[in-house]
Amino acid sequence: MSRSRSDRAEKLLELADDELVLGWRNSEWTGIAPYLEEDVAFSSIAQNEIGHARALYELAAAELGTTADELALDREPEEYRCAPLVELRRLEWARTIARHFLYETADAVRIEALKESSDPEIAGLAAKIDREEVYHRIHADMWLDRLQASAEGLRRLREAVSELWPYALGVLDEELRPEWVERIRGRLRFDLPEGRPVTRAEHTDDLRELWEEMTMVRRSAPGANW
Amino acid sequence: MSDPRSPRASEVWAALSEIPDPEIPVISLVELGVIRDVQVAPGRVRVEFTPTFLGCPALETMRDAMRARIEALGAEAEIEVVLDDSWSTDRITPEGREKLRAGGFAPPVPRAAGTPRLHQLQSRIFRCPYCGSTKTKLENIFGPTPCRSLRYCAGCRQPFEQFKTI
Repeated sequence: MSRSRSDRAEKLLELADDELVLGWRNSEWTGIAPYLEEDVAFSSIAQNEIGHARALYELAAAELGTTADELALDREPEEYRCAPLVELRRLEWARTIARHFLYETADAVRIEALKESSDPEIAGLAAKIDREEVYHRIHADMWLDRLQASAEGLRRLREAVSELWPYALGVLDEELRPEWVERIRGRLRFDLPEGRPVTRAEHTDDLRELWEEMTMVRRSAPGANW
Repeated sequence: MSDPRSPRASEVWAALSEIPDPEIPVISLVELGVIRDVQVAPGRVRVEFTPTFLGCPALETMRDAMRARIEALGAEAEIEVVLDDSWSTDRITPEGREKLRAGGFAPPVPRAAGTPRLHQLQSRIFRCPYCGSTKTKLENIFGPTPCRSLRYCAGCRQPFEQFKTI
């Protein structure tokens, strides 16, 4: 992959990699969520995220002269641009909800900014993605209220947010992060933790493990059509 | 292709209106509002098409079906998938909405109410497609496909699927 990618392609890949990897992580609840409704919800959210990833990869691929599949599945793990927050393998429920809320809020800030882009392809796709993301945010918000309604839920959510905080700080750049922090602060019934961002340059071991699984079929039959 | 001909745009629209949505076959692609434009050139037909949800797995099926219908009219087909913001559930035609309802899928509420919010999903604006009651409640924002939610009707005690407003 060329080092001279444009900022546009770089940003598209960050967003696409986030959506692909989180989509994969959300799909880990398929069949085993605490109850059927959440099994359906996380599976459906996963499907949306991976659909967004595909559309974003297609835009990037058109610019880079490659294909969406090659971008999604033919890079080495260290070439992915996703934020470490989305890499963490299936978390227990309070952490799953905390990540869902922290990520969807960040994604909202980012997508709102992209809707104002002077690039009509990016602005148009961002607006389309946002129509679907509205439902992810409602779902995350609903769960946040549910957890914060009891002492135990609140305690577990607080622990989860505190543990994930450095990772969550790494999703947005310095320009967009303050807006995200304000939205998070406005929703949580406890003080925000302290921490330094874990950036997109620092991948976790969880990503390599996911990559092995995600690209296994592709690597075992290169160029196959399905 | 031997001896390509140029169908009229109205013939193309009529052919496309016979293609059922692969996941909700009571409604056609034209009624669903996903065909944005049809352009006819000598021997060629170009269709601009927008997906409903980006993760919809029926995209390829729809594209193949459109291509087959156009080729059956004797022209070469070019199907362009447009990934902009030109589709919303407000594009579903009145006939399409009625067919959804008759098929047991509550049609989407108009977007005029603005961006959907939780209190709206929990309000009494959703009508049961079976008995018409608005005594329905949200069971799950998500359902068997990305475009559907699950609700329950207290009037006739039936669960039903609600087309999401996007």
